[in-house]
Amino acid sequence: MAIHVRIPTPLRQLTNGARLVDVGGGDLSQAIDELDRRFPGIRARLIDEHGEVLRFVNIFVNERDIRFLGGLRTPLADGAEVSIVPAMAGG
Amino acid sequence: MGATGLVCRECGRRYALDPIFVCDACFGPLEVQYDHGGLNGDALRTRITSGPASIWRYQDFLPAERVPAWDLAPGYTPLVRAERLGRTLGLNHLYLKNDTRNPTWSFKDRVVAVAVAAARNFEYSVLSCASTGNLANAVAAHAAKAGLRAVVFIPTGLERAKVVATAVYRPTFVEVEGTYDDVNRLCLEIGEEHRWAIANVNMRPYYSEGAKTLAFEVAEQLGWRAPDRVVVPVGSGNMFVKIHKGFEEFQRAGLVAPHTVRMTAAQAEGCGPVATAYRAGTDTVAPVIPSTVAKSLAIGNPADGPYVLDIARRTGGAVEAVSDGEVVDAIKLLAETEGLFTEPAGGVAIGVLRKLASAGTIDPDETVVVYITGIGLKALEAVESELPAAVRIKPTLASFEERVLQLAGA
Repeated sequence: MAIHVRIPTPLRQLTNGARLVDVGGGDLSQAIDELDRRFPGIRARLIDEHGEVLRFVNIFVNERDIRFLGGLRTPLADGAEVSIVPAMAGG
Repeated sequence: MGATGLVCRECGRRYALDPIFVCDACFGPLEVQYDHGGLNGDALRTRITSGPASIWRYQDFLPAERVPAWDLAPGYTPLVRAERLGRTLGLNHLYLKNDTRNPTWSFKDRVVAVAVAAARNFEYSVLSCASTGNLANAVAAHAAKAGLRAVVFIPTGLERAKVVATAVYRPTFVEVEGTYDDVNRLCLEIGEEHRWAIANVNMRPYYSEGAKTLAFEVAEQLGWRAPDRVVVPVGSGNMFVKIHKGFEEFQRAGLVAPHTVRMTAAQAEGCGPVATAYRAGTDTVAPVIPSTVAKSLAIGNPADGPYVLDIARRTGGAVEAVSDGEVVDAIKLLAETEGLFTEPAGGVAIGVLRKLASAGTIDPDETVVVYITGIGLKALEAVESELPAAVRIKPTLASFEERVLQLAGA
């Protein structure tokens, strides 16, 4: 069982340069917890003290914005792709 | 003199003038900082008025140098007094910034001109963008002039003229199955993996500075003063934020007297996440799936949405939305009263102006400037079914007198 997580440039310093990291299943929240265990500090760069995704971060699961899915509770099936991208782009 | 570095708008962390767009520490947007070498308002004004009749007259406030061989001379478009429209709406000092008068007929030439100049500094050979149409037009044209390769991405379902007016410059033209927001995310991912200059991704701090010239020109054309209010169509919100920044920079530099410009944002109801948040009194903008005739504003997840809310509230402005029907009516009203054919984004701005004027939100004596950011010819689909067909006659005086004379009312 593997979930593929795409890591944006500003966070690659935490993942030793890795662009793509595989984690286990469950939901998005659990995936981020696993990322944080392996790459300490990454959670705080994505989630605020109230457990909400930070304003300048957008997270997509299989190309869909998680705000249209279940937020951090979005379930992740085997093979799911999670993309973490900066919010300040476009227009 | 000129640009000195980048600074995070949120946490203040500083960076060199590199092809980066968000803060490493907090993902906040990066803004260009300037040093005017101690020049005062009079000296800067002289430098501006002796410059070219394009955005490049404001070189001291832009982050890249003009490249003469690449210059399509965007900007310095007319600011026109709208007396007939003003009378209709009960506004005594109404102006239109006619930005249909640009090399590819929209304000996007301003931002792309700066992006392409920045891309040259960083030695990129591919210029790209995520676009709702106008940006793709501008990127394709500027890349053609510069001899760079262009790869432009649009969502499906855009107006035919926007597609043709991009294809003619022969970019690599990519239609992505999805909405603009899908295109934007894809371009972010592309930017992470490939060394391209993507105008509204990694070039964004430079690119977006070009939109400040919409404020600079209005201030200069009003006789070096800021208006009381501007009405700006909002998709991503970036232009709105940069127009505000432009007025602030001119005030700080002593080019215009300190004056709060009531920043008024106009959205389409079918894609109005910022207007919804404004009405609800929150500072969180929930994304939407767009469905509006104003395709150039069909951005469901507006990056600058929270900044638009903050600026509109702070300056005593507003964020308002109008329906597609009101947009089409506004396009026709503008055409019939001012002889100006706008694309639906301008119809959104005029529709919101009309709504706020009739509600009494806008004082009749305010100096109001409405930004008409793109041309109607690129979005004929929006109005063509709403307009009467031509009267068809035989080439005879009798046929003319029978079928036309009454219509002409003369």
